[in-house]
Amino acid sequence: MKISTFFYTLRQGIINVFRNKWFTLASLATISACLFIFGIAYSLLVNFQHMVKTAEEGVSITVFYDEGLPQEEIDLIGAQIEARTEVSKVVFVSADEAWAEFSAELGEAAEGITENPLVNSANHEVYLNDVSAQAHLVKYIEQIEGVRKVNQSEFTANLFTGVNSLVTYVSIGMIAILLSVSVFLISNTVTIGISVRKEEITVMKYIGATDFFVRAPFVFEGMIIGLIGSALPLVLLYYIYEVALKFLAEKFAFLSSLLVTLPVWDVFVVLIPVSLVIGVGIGFFGSFFTVRKHLKV
Amino acid sequence: MAKDTKKKRKGSAEAEGEKYAICLEGVNKAYEDGVPALTDINLKIVPGEFVFIAGETGSGKSTLIKLLLRELKADSGSINVCGYDLMRIKRREVPKFRRNLGVVFQNFRLLKERNVYDNVAFAQRIIQKSERDIRKNVPSILSAVGLAGKYKAKPKQLSGGEQQRVALARALVNKPSILLADEPTGNLDPKNTTDIMHLLEKINQNGTTVVVVTHNREVVNLMQRRVVTLRKGVIVSDEEKGGYIDED
Ligand SMILES: Nc1ncnc2c1ncn2[C@@H]1O[C@H](COP(=O)(O)OP(=O)(O)OP(=O)(O)O)[C@@H](O)[C@H]1O
Ligand SMILES: [Mg+2]
Repeated sequence: MKISTFFYTLRQGIINVFRNKWFTLASLATISACLFIFGIAYSLLVNFQHMVKTAEEGVSITVFYDEGLPQEEIDLIGAQIEARTEVSKVVFVSADEAWAEFSAELGEAAEGITENPLVNSANHEVYLNDVSAQAHLVKYIEQIEGVRKVNQSEFTANLFTGVNSLVTYVSIGMIAILLSVSVFLISNTVTIGISVRKEEITVMKYIGATDFFVRAPFVFEGMIIGLIGSALPLVLLYYIYEVALKFLAEKFAFLSSLLVTLPVWDVFVVLIPVSLVIGVGIGFFGSFFTVRKHLKV
Repeated sequence: MAKDTKKKRKGSAEAEGEKYAICLEGVNKAYEDGVPALTDINLKIVPGEFVFIAGETGSGKSTLIKLLLRELKADSGSINVCGYDLMRIKRREVPKFRRNLGVVFQNFRLLKERNVYDNVAFAQRIIQKSERDIRKNVPSILSAVGLAGKYKAKPKQLSGGEQQRVALARALVNKPSILLADEPTGNLDPKNTTDIMHLLEKINQNGTTVVVVTHNREVVNLMQRRVVTLRKGVIVSDEEKGGYIDED
């Protein structure tokens, strides 16, 4: 292919975009809408995951030991647990520390108690990378010699795991539906574009245009629509995201420990390339296969 | 135009075909509904010839042109055009083959939203001529068809005769060795018809093989050229310096 051919067909593609303003606008709007919803779904998803992750990191299980188990053995078991991949952090809490913490909670009621009543409460707080591994880890720790009891918050762990995968599946399903709608619509736009230019295509073929030369403008048209269609919602989302962050920070300051949001660029560093690839990809494949189907010489 | 794209082929029948610009032997074509449109067509046209294809409506003239353009493929027989065996040509070779042909139609088939210059330049862009060549070739062919002053006009601002000249310029700008014209004067008044015919004659004098489909009796009788007459898909006469044969 000559470089001049590339630019000629590209220019024809651009002209096509403007020639059928209404069809272009229709598919532009659809792609934009789809990618806008995709962007919102994605932003919510990653932020939710981030919140869950942060919350998860605060969820721990507590391991208590047999009465009179020597400190060295407790340390050994602690090290053994820490070595596991699903464990992010293990913190030792001595009996005195446990009592100090507890008595602080009791306040006045603890006054006058001089002997530590929690003699056997030396324990390990175990933090996980992934809450879904909790049940399995608990089973493992329970069978270690010297372990008396493992406390866990099963409910919290299950809730996090469940909600997390639900959000993921719903998002994936929604995105898949939207993308196929976009492909369908761009294919429709290109089909209409082809029928509108049937005469021109016929003439081109009589003159001896190669398949590439006939098809390229339509494929470029699809890709241009895809490109613009992905750029528009990105710009819009960027501002909406910033406004939303500000809003949450102002109105829901009391929930700030729970609503740990991601900064704009943490989201957009992924969202921008993914949206562009999806938009241009939809444009390319939508028009490429439509053109192949309708432009048999 | 000299042919430099001729294919070297072995078989003697095919070698025979290469002496001719157009060579059809025992060609049959029926449409999907099974009604034969052309039956046992034998037609040989040498380079530089001027040939009329005459016949009443539905006799198969346009079908013949479509076979020559490889828009349709014959059911049987052999067709050789410009050295290309159209029964065996590969799909991707068709564009290259068509660059040897120029074609005009009764309804001109100009692109409405482009001006005269761009309609003609369009043909050059398709065969990937450089803009420099295009700026040289388009004005030259436009003045050859007598439209030097109308570059910027849109097709609907032109008369039928002028539109057909633009179509001719577009067909000729790529310097084809054969010009096919399907009823080129069908939409024109007698004055414009004569003008276009003289233009076709001039093109032919410059060495282009010209095949003109028409059922205009006056045109055929005036020009005194070879006339091939079709009736119900069969060649019923083929005469040098012939006249229009009336139906009885
Ligand atoms: N696409 C098609 N499908 C089926 N039959 C067709 C098709 N095109 C033409 N025919 C039939 O084939 C026969 C020849 O048609 P053709 O168009 O070649 O005639 P023609 O000589 O060009 O007529 P006209 O002078 O009216 O243009 C006619 O009987 C016509 O009805
Ligand atoms: Mg016809």
